Amino acid sequence: MDNPQISIERIKYLKRIKRQKEKILAWQIGILVCFLLLWEILAQAGIIDSFVLSQPSRIWKTCLNMAQNDLQKHIGITVYETLAGFILGVILGTALAFVLWWSSTISKISEPYLVVLNSLPKIALGPVIIIIVGAGTQAIIFMALAISLIVTVLEMLNGFQNTDKEYIKMAQTFDATKFQIFRKIVFPYNIATLFNSLKINIGLSLVGVIAGEFLVSKAGLGYLIVYGGQVFQLDLVMTSVIILAIVAALMYEAVALLQRVVMKKYGH
Amino acid sequence: MAVLDVNRIQKKYQAENGEITALKYIDFSVEKGEFISIVGPSGCGKSTLLSIIAGLMKPTSGEIVVNGEKIEGISNRIGYMLQKDNLLEWRTIYNNVVLGIEIQNNLTSENKQRVNQLLKTYELYDFKEKYPSQLSGGMRQRVALIRTLAINPDILLLDEAFSALDYQTRLTVTNDIYQILKQERVTTLMVTHDIPEGISMADRVVILSYRPAVIKDIIPIEFGLENRTPLNCRKTPKFSEYFDCIWKELS
Ligand SMILES: Nc1ncnc2c1ncn2[C@@H]1O[C@H](COP(=O)(O)OP(=O)(O)OP(=O)(O)O)[C@@H](O)[C@H]1O
Ligand SMILES: [Mg+2]
Repeated sequence: MDNPQISIERIKYLKRIKRQKEKILAWQIGILVCFLLLWEILAQAGIIDSFVLSQPSRIWKTCLNMAQNDLQKHIGITVYETLAGFILGVILGTALAFVLWWSSTISKISEPYLVVLNSLPKIALGPVIIIIVGAGTQAIIFMALAISLIVTVLEMLNGFQNTDKEYIKMAQTFDATKFQIFRKIVFPYNIATLFNSLKINIGLSLVGVIAGEFLVSKAGLGYLIVYGGQVFQLDLVMTSVIILAIVAALMYEAVALLQRVVMKKYGH
Repeated sequence: MAVLDVNRIQKKYQAENGEITALKYIDFSVEKGEFISIVGPSGCGKSTLLSIIAGLMKPTSGEIVVNGEKIEGISNRIGYMLQKDNLLEWRTIYNNVVLGIEIQNNLTSENKQRVNQLLKTYELYDFKEKYPSQLSGGMRQRVALIRTLAINPDILLLDEAFSALDYQTRLTVTNDIYQILKQERVTTLMVTHDIPEGISMADRVVILSYRPAVIKDIIPIEFGLENRTPLNCRKTPKFSEYFDCIWKELS
C-alpha cells in the first residue's frame, strides 16, 4: 500500500507462493487420479471383487444411466431437505442461544439438559420422529434439525458468552440496552463463530438427512443407497455415495464462499 | 456550585468467598472545567470509584450528585473512557466514533457535524473510512476519546486511558487532549499510575490510600504559567516539588 511500485523481492515472494500452491494442487489431483486408476486396474485384473467394491468405469456407466432416469430428482430432494434442516437449525439455534445469553438463569437451568441432549445420538429418536410427524419429508427435515440444533445452540452460546467484556462495558457507558448490546456488539463480534457453526452444521444436516432417508426410504440419495443395498446393486450404492460426497463438498464450499463475502463486509 | 459531588462513598464487593471493602470513605467535589488527577497504589479502588461515578456500579452507601441532581444509573452527562480503546474492529473509524450517539438515538445532523469537526481537530478526518486495525495506538486512543466526547459529556472520566501508549506518543496525545478538554471546558477526572502525567494535567491531584481507600490528601497544582500545557509545565521547578510531595504520600 505504501509502495505502488512492486519491489523485486515482492515479485519473487509472490511467485514462490504461487508455485507452492500449484504444487499442492498438482499433488492433490495426482493422488485422486492414481487412486482411481489403481482401483480400475485392480478390478479389471480381478484382484478386487468389482461386484462388491464396484469400479470407476462401472460407476461412470451407472451414473450416465441414472442421469437418464431420475438422478436429478433424488439429488434435488436430498439437497432440499438438507438446506431446509440447515436453515431451520441455524435460525432456531441462534434464536435459542440468544435467549440463553439474555437470561443467565434460564441458561443455568437448561445446562444439564443441553449436555444430555448434546451427547444423545439423535438418530435413536428416528422411529419416534417418524411416528410423530409421519414418514415423509418432514420427518427427514426434523431429523436434520435434531442433529444440528443443539450443537448450534451450544456453539453460539459459547461465542456470545465469551464476547470481550470490555466491549460490553464500553457500550454500557453509553447506557446501551441489553438488546443494543446484542445487536451492536455481541452479534457482530461472533460473526466468525456463526460461520464456523454453519460449516459444521451443513455436514451435520446432511448426516441427519441421510439417516432420515434410510428410515423413511422414499426418495433421495440415502434412499438410493439403501435400495441399492437391498437389491444387491452395489454399483448403485457406490455411485450414490460418490455423488453424495460431491454434493457435501459443494454445499460446504457454498457456505465457505458466503463466509468470504460476508467477512469482506464485516471482517477486519 | 460544584458540577460533581462525590458524597461519602463506600463500596464493598460481595463474592462467594467473602467481602472486599474497596472504598472506605471517599468524599470530594469538583468544579466546572476542573481537571482532577487521581493517583493511588495498585488495587486500591480507583477503577471502582470511576465506575461508581459513571453509574455502572452502585455504591454500598453514599451518593453521586451531578449538577445538583442525584444520579441513578448511567447518566449521559458523563463520558467514561476505559483503559482499552475498545474500538470495534468491524466498524469504520467514523462508525466507531458515532457508536455512543447511535446507542443514545441521537444521530442528528447536528451531532454528525460535531463528530466530523472533532475528527478534523484530531487529524483523523482522512481516516474516517478506514478500520481500527489500520491505525496506530495513539490514533486509536484519540478515536476512543472522540467517541466519548461525541455524546457531549459535562464530565469526562479517564481510566488510565493513555497507559497503552509509548512514552513519546503519550506526551503528545496528552498534550493534544488537554488542550481540547480545556477549550471545551470539560470537567475531567483522570486515574493514572504515572505521577508526572497526573501533575502535568491536573488542577488538583487526589491521592488515595491503600485499600480500603480513603482520600489521603488533595493537592492543588498551580504553576503560575500564562499558557500552561502539560509539556511546558514539566520544565518548571515547581513540577519536581509536586512530584516529591506526591511520591512521599504514596509510599
Ligand atoms: N468485580 C469485583 N468483585 C470483587 N472484587 C473486586 C471486583 N472488582 C474489583 N475488586 C477488588 O476491589 C479492589 C479495587 O479494585 P480496582 O479495580 O478498583 O482497583 P484499581 O485501583 O483500579 O487498581 P489498578 O491500579 O490495578 O487498576 C481490588 O482489590 C479488587 O480485588
Ligand atoms: Mg484500575
